[in-house]
Amino acid sequence: MGTSFGRGGATTFQQDLANSDAILIMGSNMAENHPVGFQWVMEARLKGATVMHVDPRFTRTSAMANLHVPIRAGSDIAFLGGIVNYILENERWLDEYVKHFTNAPVIIDERFQDTEDLDGFFSGFDPDKRIYDTSTWHYAGMPVQETAGERAKGGTKGEQSGHGAQAGHLAHGEPPEEDETLQHPRCVFQLLKKHYRRYTPEMVSQICGCTKEQFLEVAEALCENSGRERTSAIVYSVGWTQHTVGVQYIRTAAIIQLLLGNIGRPGGGIMALRGHASIQGSTDLATLYNVLPGYLPMPHAEKDTDLASYLDNHAGTTGWWGHFDAYFISQLKSFWGANSNEDNDFCFDYLPKIDGDHSTYQTAMDMIDRKVRGFFLFGENPAVGSANSRLQRFGLASLDWLVVRDFVEIESASFWKDAPELETGELKTEEIGTEVFFVPAASHVEKDGSFTNTQRLVQWHFQALEPEGDCRSDLWFVYHLGRKIREKLAGSNDPRDRPILDLTWQYATSGPLEEPSADQVLREINGIGPDGKALGTYADLKPDGSTACGCWIYCGIYGDEENKAARKKPGGEQTWVASNWAWAWPLNRRILYNRASADSKGKPWSERKKYVWWDGRKKMWVGEDVPDFQEDKPPTFVPTDDARAEDAIAGDHPFILQADGRGWLFAAAGLMDGPLPTHYEPHESPFDNPLYSQRANPTRQLSPRAENPYNPAPSDAYPYVFSTYRLTEHHTAGGMSRTVPYLAELQPEFFCEVSPGLAKERGLEHGGWATIITSRTAIEARVLVTERMKPIVVDGRPVHQVGVPYHWGTRGLTKGDSGNDLFPVALDPNVHIQEVKAASCDIRPGRRPRGKALRELVESYPSTVEASA
Amino acid sequence: MKTADGVETYGGEAQPRLGFFTDTSVCIGCKACEVACKEWNLVPEDGLAWTGHSYDNTGELNANTWRHVAFVEQQAPDPIKRGKNDFRWLMESDVCKHCTHAGCLDVCPTGAIFRTEFGTVVIQDDVCNGCGYCITACPFGVITKRELGGDGGMHKCTLCYDRLQDGMEPACAKACPTDSIQFGPLDELVERARQRCGDLVEAGVSEARLYLADENDGIGGAGAFFLLLDEPEVYGLPPQPVVPTKNLRTIWGAAAVAAGALAVGVAAAFLGGDE
Repeated sequence: MGTSFGRGGATTFQQDLANSDAILIMGSNMAENHPVGFQWVMEARLKGATVMHVDPRFTRTSAMANLHVPIRAGSDIAFLGGIVNYILENERWLDEYVKHFTNAPVIIDERFQDTEDLDGFFSGFDPDKRIYDTSTWHYAGMPVQETAGERAKGGTKGEQSGHGAQAGHLAHGEPPEEDETLQHPRCVFQLLKKHYRRYTPEMVSQICGCTKEQFLEVAEALCENSGRERTSAIVYSVGWTQHTVGVQYIRTAAIIQLLLGNIGRPGGGIMALRGHASIQGSTDLATLYNVLPGYLPMPHAEKDTDLASYLDNHAGTTGWWGHFDAYFISQLKSFWGANSNEDNDFCFDYLPKIDGDHSTYQTAMDMIDRKVRGFFLFGENPAVGSANSRLQRFGLASLDWLVVRDFVEIESASFWKDAPELETGELKTEEIGTEVFFVPAASHVEKDGSFTNTQRLVQWHFQALEPEGDCRSDLWFVYHLGRKIREKLAGSNDPRDRPILDLTWQYATSGPLEEPSADQVLREINGIGPDGKALGTYADLKPDGSTACGCWIYCGIYGDEENKAARKKPGGEQTWVASNWAWAWPLNRRILYNRASADSKGKPWSERKKYVWWDGRKKMWVGEDVPDFQEDKPPTFVPTDDARAEDAIAGDHPFILQADGRGWLFAAAGLMDGPLPTHYEPHESPFDNPLYSQRANPTRQLSPRAENPYNPAPSDAYPYVFSTYRLTEHHTAGGMSRTVPYLAELQPEFFCEVSPGLAKERGLEHGGWATIITSRTAIEARVLVTERMKPIVVDGRPVHQVGVPYHWGTRGLTKGDSGNDLFPVALDPNVHIQEVKAASCDIRPGRRPRGKALRELVESYPSTVEASA
Repeated sequence: MKTADGVETYGGEAQPRLGFFTDTSVCIGCKACEVACKEWNLVPEDGLAWTGHSYDNTGELNANTWRHVAFVEQQAPDPIKRGKNDFRWLMESDVCKHCTHAGCLDVCPTGAIFRTEFGTVVIQDDVCNGCGYCITACPFGVITKRELGGDGGMHKCTLCYDRLQDGMEPACAKACPTDSIQFGPLDELVERARQRCGDLVEAGVSEARLYLADENDGIGGAGAFFLLLDEPEVYGLPPQPVVPTKNLRTIWGAAAVAAGALAVGVAAAFLGGDE
């Protein structure tokens, strides 16, 4: 999303789905995992919208859809690419939108070669390092760098900053070479046509296993319900992200929505549904190792040696990233306050630097290798919830110390006494040296704070109860831990202690537990101006140290000294956009890029889809939402050649975070694995790639090692495809639901879902047990035989899929094996997200062997520790 | 308010009759109703048994389950007008029907079961002696005894009587994300349901029908009625429920006549014996 549009957040809000004329839900089981938000899909359906669900399984979402199309897990780019081809072949794109709002007319470097030319590779591939030199993907005539993450030169795999608002920027203003007729053979539009030409309905059917007619019905419904008068929305969740080509899945959806003219308009957009509460907020505020708050890249030890080189490497010239220095220096000011000034690079040297991949999976392997000795675990249960959770448990068991903060003693805290590896003899309690500190956490009703939900909406909650016993909020824990460390370091002259001693760490506390003020933290995130007053917009941030701001995209949340996240005006007392309920980043905009809800001249595309438009009399943008555009920049505005930052964006270019102000059909920079999404098979797929001899994503991140073997692919030993997923009744790794009687009783046992055909083929009995096997391990589950699982015919060959909900572990009211034990660590190269939506397996009737016999069974199957191409 | 038997009760405290309209065509099977009900009413956990019956591990309504979501996987009736799917997954949140002619209330010997000022049927657990007559008197099998670890009394949905008294909607309706469970004055709900059902039929969902919305049925219509997409039996509901006490008056009348005749006969026999 960041690469295509400029920001890494959902482009719309769930309430707006009620305005859609068609909704395509794909890579998401919205009804089950986002049941509250699904009410707006139901509302759209009641109003006559066509709701389509494309998914390997028939789920509660499918049950509510007008149309369910089953496809093979891991084939989504083929399906979506087919829609792109359908739009282009049948001339269904919204011409004015495409010509003015996207980079379709831009001409690409003449050295660029497509996967169609190179049998599954783009130009610039280095087969030894398995990375691309992306310089041939640039706009012709000028170097394109990407902002917020210096990757254009082909960085080392696994250390690029991902996830978020990174987008390319040009050195100067507009792209130098364009063809507004879209006819030039190297213009983006023609490259797109060529790239997707072979994604025909027949090819879609062959790869995905749906019928040609089913595919055409979806493609036609999207086209029919898009245009001036109508809009369609696409909804996705982790069913798209958790693949070795996950980012490219979303890119394909972005291309469709740009061609159809659906971004920035009511009832349109791409609704990214996050995995659970405040995932959006935690990435906004930088729980990822490679970004600072607001998606500013974490400095690199070798490349970003001082402030000047860091800014030089990452700052943009045009678009709103042109003020990168103001965002970054204000952040340093918020970290180190008065200690931070021009003479000391605003304490740039105090920031930790990265020197490689420190993502979650790499960290687990570093634990096994004893490179990581201590670990804090907040609200996460990797011993159940992460891919190859066996590897995670080996990692945790290799630590010196581990702090776990959770409501209950989860498997990641109890592995030393109940991990499955104790039973097989691979681990022994007396030999595990990890000292585990379990520190109970307060729940959200026991503390003030906020959630940033899936639509960037920051909603405040107030404390209702004091936490019981030793339970404390995370804020309490982190603040007092910092305070105690600072007390211990007080008086130290060691320069390495300065970053901690010089921090702004003064927060008011209250109550018997000395709870720090969450409100004050929010104000610090918002930022203050030279007068010490809360800022109202990031446009007021300065690079001279006169402003401080913890996270630039949250600037304004405390404007006018009001906690705007705490606004609770009921929906019935305001317009349907409900701008006075809480606050959404950026600047309370609910639909991003909403300048695109008006045509190139600033007029609404239609009366029916009116949202934000140019008022020629008032000379400003007006409408239902906060305009996502400079309020007084007319649609006819043409930037001067030397214009910088937002002033370099033309009046008919709505994507103001992009260097050229356009939605990117072609990602000239910013991605590791290609400027155009291409169908690759999952790492562990029983099939070859019908399109190219290159089977899987050539840049996918693999970590072959003893604890992480791979199924040879393709292999007759693992003939089935399986996916993990969640059930409405449980919460992720189960720590918050397996322990709650009212939830545990609703899904009280680990089960797998199989079709009657597979049950017959393998002798599986409904209600009995099955053993599912991969090269990592074998697990057992009760068998639910259901017509909802349908065998799919791919390339003339039937393939069965096995459904594995992943909520179970060794503890709680309901216990069971963990589905995630089955997966390897095979990651998307851009964002290190694991492929757990498609892998290969075998399945047999009956319970799994116990003890050493379990490993003997697994070892009787083939495996490889080679990184295959 | 007037009871089903035409008796005036509650006088000035009588309220409009309140109830549920459960529109199963928009139920997404999230079971939030089950959980919200248990949370609010402190209904205990009902066992951790996996049934293998689709996603329904609740099974039925009973003393420890006052809302139950049924899951029905079926090949859809042909032709399917609502889409090209040849397969359906029906979901329906079941609940006590709060019958107009409530068998449970009729047979309760202790007066534990009563009709509230909102026209709902509620068991007072501090009065119930656990005799169990109500179990057999309910044509829907809603009521059972809370046995192990419980108070040995009968329990069922109260339509959140305590919440109603505070002007709040029942917990299940409040928690329902898609308004499958609608709460309000019964006459308004019936009107809305007829409209909705008509719209669905018009849109081609010819199998849509209302269940228990007819005051002339065997229970005199229900305070909790449903829009179904198939025959009631498919959801585990009786097709033509009749309150077992429906003919009570005529039965007792006949019994009285018989008893009278018997008494006369006996008396005659004794009198005759004297002769």
